[in-house]
Amino acid sequence: MHTGLLLEMAADGLAGQTAIGGAEDGLSYAALLSRARAAAARISASGVQNVAFIGENGPAFPIALFAAGLSGRAFAPLNYRLPDADLNRVLARTAPSLAIVDDAMMARLGAAAGVTAISRSAFLDSGAAEQTPEPIDPDIAILLFTSGTTGEPKAAILRHRHVAAYVISTVEFMSAGAEECALVSVPPYHIAGVSAVLTSVYAGRRLVQLPAFSPEGWIETARRERVTHAMVVPTMLGRILEALERDGGALPDLRALSYGGGRMPAPVIERALKRLPHVDFVNAYGLTETSSTISVLTAEDHRAALASADPAVRRRLGSVGRPLPTLELEIRTPDGAPAAPNTPGEIWVRGEQVSGEYVGRKAVREDGWFPTNDCGWLDEAGYLYVDGRLDDVIVRGGENISPGEVEDVLRQHPDVRDVAVIGLPDNEWGERVAAVVVGDADADALRAWTRARLRSTKAPEDIFFRDALPYNDTGKLLRRALKQELAGGG
Amino acid sequence: MDLKPGTRWKSAVCETEAVVVRPPKAAGELQCGGAAMIPHAAEKPAGAALSPAHAGGSVLGKRYADEASGLEVLCSKGGQGALGFAGRALVVREAKKLPSSD
Repeated sequence: MHTGLLLEMAADGLAGQTAIGGAEDGLSYAALLSRARAAAARISASGVQNVAFIGENGPAFPIALFAAGLSGRAFAPLNYRLPDADLNRVLARTAPSLAIVDDAMMARLGAAAGVTAISRSAFLDSGAAEQTPEPIDPDIAILLFTSGTTGEPKAAILRHRHVAAYVISTVEFMSAGAEECALVSVPPYHIAGVSAVLTSVYAGRRLVQLPAFSPEGWIETARRERVTHAMVVPTMLGRILEALERDGGALPDLRALSYGGGRMPAPVIERALKRLPHVDFVNAYGLTETSSTISVLTAEDHRAALASADPAVRRRLGSVGRPLPTLELEIRTPDGAPAAPNTPGEIWVRGEQVSGEYVGRKAVREDGWFPTNDCGWLDEAGYLYVDGRLDDVIVRGGENISPGEVEDVLRQHPDVRDVAVIGLPDNEWGERVAAVVVGDADADALRAWTRARLRSTKAPEDIFFRDALPYNDTGKLLRRALKQELAGGG
Repeated sequence: MDLKPGTRWKSAVCETEAVVVRPPKAAGELQCGGAAMIPHAAEKPAGAALSPAHAGGSVLGKRYADEASGLEVLCSKGGQGALGFAGRALVVREAKKLPSSD
């Protein structure tokens, strides 16, 4: 089953209703399909295998996404924020391809064998062709290059069956009310940007795109377009709240705000729940390799946790909720055995939306289980807690220490604005715990604070102070960069 | 009739179209309006008519299932005929209510 079919169904059922853009001047479902078909004909005629997309959010993104699907070509949205050399290297890996490139970014591209670049404006000028071309290899829907915080980016493969399974099993067709509108502010090269297009179209929810995120722009758009649903990464939510507090206004139409893509600091979500009590907050956890969300902390979970005096319920505000009922999820210890509740291990997942495949390598096992490389644990009620990447776990004298756990404790200290915990090489212990802190705190006080709340071995031996921590543009902390810098003598 | 996941079928007697989401565990005939469905690309047979006993209709976007065989299809175009499998009527499967997370 094809991503193109999702759009054909929406066009059939919703025809003239606005799919993308402003309520008055946006693109209808029928127009989106007609534009995507015309673009698909153009892609087919070019004889390429893949369609690369280098650009900001805008109508060209969903048109190109569906056009690639309709023509049976893999769609590869690339990270335009990469330095030119890296961007060109990733682009070369999509050959033979047609690259759709923002006009202002055309000059950044070098000549790459097998890559034909066309500007976004030329692409949008594709004439009308109502005939849907015959797909060549209708199997691979999306090629997404991972953020590459751990080296050369891997190209994750999502097949049509994975993506379609995610959409049709988690979204009811045409279930959105005519007044509903979703605001997308994550970039096209993020899995959440891709899934937002697909699920919004299938639900019949109008989609408004923010070309580049700024908290003021987000708030202004949410008010102007009467946005009811939105998804943000944690750093965006923090900045939106600060901007809202500065401007003192409200977001009266907003009903649901989901967040994911990184660890949410407890003080930020608590502030958000108090500042926007009418909004349903949803924490969504997922990976590129799982076609987006695999676990959700619902709005009811958020409210119950915030109101509870029971620490076991209260701490769920820091969980990613429970796995989707359409898939299986297990925590496994290093020897492969299922872990008992409250025992950390690697998160494994199996289901129809799970791809677990990269160009040249399959991480998914024969039996369908995919090791996520994320470390986490389940509580007795089945709530999932994600501690971070397995590679980031600090091994100090044989003891596994999760940076996330230590960061959560330090972040609760009133003088800590932001913090990263990493392992540094240590001659005695193998690794020692180091914290990089943003804020005017006293190092000894922070050690005592941690010791009072966690085992003493988890208290940071080294504490460094910085003005800011390095994040990539989708809010992922660049631990490796910090580690490299500090391991070199800091 | 090979009801592989992702294969597309259309009614021989009405406008209904469907995609297989989950295959049946045992072989059988996917039907609409009382007649066997045909591959999406095939020509509709002349003269085939909707059976009044199977005229309950199909609805765009609904998922239909046959519990006995595990078959599940997604209706990608609605029509007048009701969907069936091996003589049994398919029933609408309610989607699990999940909050929007994208």
